[in-house]
Amino acid sequence: MIALEKRPEPSRAFSYLTPVLAVIATFFFGGLLFAALGKDPVTSILTIFWEPLFGEFSFYYRPQLLIKGAPLVLIAIGLSLGFKAGIWNIGAEGQYIMGALFGAGAGLAFYPSENVLIFPFMVLAGAFGGWLWAMIPAFLKVKFGTNEILVSLMLVYVAEQFLASMSLGLLKNPEGFGFPGSRNLQQYASAHNAEIIAGSGMHWGVVAALIAVIFAYVLLARHRLGFAVRVTGEAPRAARFAGVNPNRLILFCLGTSGLLAGLAGLFEVSGPAGQVSIDFNVGYGFTAIIVAFLGRLHPIGIVLAGLLMALTYIGGDIAQSQLGLPAAAIQVFQGMLLFFLLALDMFTNYRLRFGRSEAA
Amino acid sequence: MDLSVINPILLFAALMSAATPILLAATGELVVERAGVLNLGVEGMMILGAICGFAIAVETGSPIIGFVAAAAGGAVLSLLFAFLTQITLANQVASGLALTLFGLGLSALLGQGYVGIKPPRLPDINFGFLAEIPVIGPVVFSHDPILYFGIGLVAAVWATLKYTRVGLVLRAVGENHDAAHALGYKVVRIRTLAIMFGGACAGMGGAYISLIRVPQWTEGMTAGVGWIALALVVFASWKPWRVLLGAYLFGGITQLQLNLQGAGVAIPVEYLAMSPYLITIVVLVILSADKSAAPGSLGRTFHASH
Repeated sequence: MIALEKRPEPSRAFSYLTPVLAVIATFFFGGLLFAALGKDPVTSILTIFWEPLFGEFSFYYRPQLLIKGAPLVLIAIGLSLGFKAGIWNIGAEGQYIMGALFGAGAGLAFYPSENVLIFPFMVLAGAFGGWLWAMIPAFLKVKFGTNEILVSLMLVYVAEQFLASMSLGLLKNPEGFGFPGSRNLQQYASAHNAEIIAGSGMHWGVVAALIAVIFAYVLLARHRLGFAVRVTGEAPRAARFAGVNPNRLILFCLGTSGLLAGLAGLFEVSGPAGQVSIDFNVGYGFTAIIVAFLGRLHPIGIVLAGLLMALTYIGGDIAQSQLGLPAAAIQVFQGMLLFFLLALDMFTNYRLRFGRSEAA
Repeated sequence: MDLSVINPILLFAALMSAATPILLAATGELVVERAGVLNLGVEGMMILGAICGFAIAVETGSPIIGFVAAAAGGAVLSLLFAFLTQITLANQVASGLALTLFGLGLSALLGQGYVGIKPPRLPDINFGFLAEIPVIGPVVFSHDPILYFGIGLVAAVWATLKYTRVGLVLRAVGENHDAAHALGYKVVRIRTLAIMFGGACAGMGGAYISLIRVPQWTEGMTAGVGWIALALVVFASWKPWRVLLGAYLFGGITQLQLNLQGAGVAIPVEYLAMSPYLITIVVLVILSADKSAAPGSLGRTFHASH
């Protein structure tokens, strides 16, 4: 008989080990999935995880790691603050879209004048858009006790409809021959989120992600607010006694995660994506949830997890074109990773005890 | 704009059909939550049910077998959630999200060969002369069997929870799992069964969308219905008949905005399409003041050593 026994304290070793074990388990079962789809499992895994880093065309794929990783890390850092405190913002995708719309709208309002201040203004507008969208669930939760999970998620669908309306209406390129989508921001120098060093993948979103990581690290390790976040998640009652104001914490956590998701949206739309179009968003807001958990809600862990997830996107694209592996297989692969992580996490808080069961 | 093209009788008839996917999924989730488990994976189980039902109905030519397969698909996927939350004691919110993300991916993978196919039709039940009654006939007696099954399910769940021993045990587990455990009830086993029931219902709800409402397969076609179903359980204060009421309310809104789109109202299509989600938020705000009806152990992890 195998029984679970609660550890007196969570195991540190397992808390570091679980993500690694989860990745290994996902490799194995992902390989089985690829085999079931009629692809050679070893080749598939190598194509996804080896090719972009060390393959023949790695000079092209490595910068992509930063381009795809930056929005994931930026969003996940914000989400992790809330998740730590038991505040569940799962509408980052919507905040990402609103950030992009506000930012792009702010930039396009000045078209075609050129000014160095336009891009900083867009950054502010993008952050504001994401923040505003996240403040809706935050305000409703504080004021009426409404469930933030459902509200933030409903707002994703609202944002998607809003995006469709904008790219077919207000923000549509007047010189676009009637095609949906805005002007291309890459061709508008003042609004273009260009690479800081050409060919490196290093754009302003990457810089913002790094700043967010440092900010979150310092906040959690050194600041009183970080302490409030941690204590609220681990012991809500103790938090009350420690003088934590739960409402202010809700506003802070949701606001910050919305702001960062909005920034991610703005940097994406003004850089790699280039224009507002009906489907410029590719689900980073949802994948970032996996990134936040895989990174153990820790800033450094999130950087590593973000890079790994970026790798699955890039490698997934390669596997799609070279091996004909369906795009959805990568989505399943990412979902699997989260499953294994959650399942294996049991060993952080519990240990297995073998032996006869006894009446307690 | 010409509002006279909206026929109230057809609107009410279509409303019942629009409400059925939400109704099925929400009834299942209600049972899960009454057992004290919060499964946020409804959307994932619905979309998997949608493709399982669609694929099997196309392969076998029988929509009924399709619905059975959809229920099985949803239940099997929900077992993953049961494993995570009941055996490995993972956080229910995170596990539910994982289930949704995984279900969306898996359904897209399974559905690749089924885009653009028309599924076999499920014929409406023939009520004979009843369908001839003016107004009531076309509204109430002109539907497919699954729609009536949904209504019957609500009645069955209501009666089971209220009058039977099984229902009492289920509620006990949901209200206070430690007390139920002390009385000798198998908390984990009961919850696992409840989760599977919820999965089966969500799967059927999904299949109703792909086989009857649309009827076609497209990726992500459930478009948030699973989340609306979750909101509906809160709306209904965990009471079965209110789920029925709520589902018809949302079905009505969905159908009305579709009809308004068709009638060419001056409001852009995108803003009409937003309305069900916005109204869900408004309803949540109005009803969130009263949390007393929520099961006592909702969302809490149970481990016998606690």
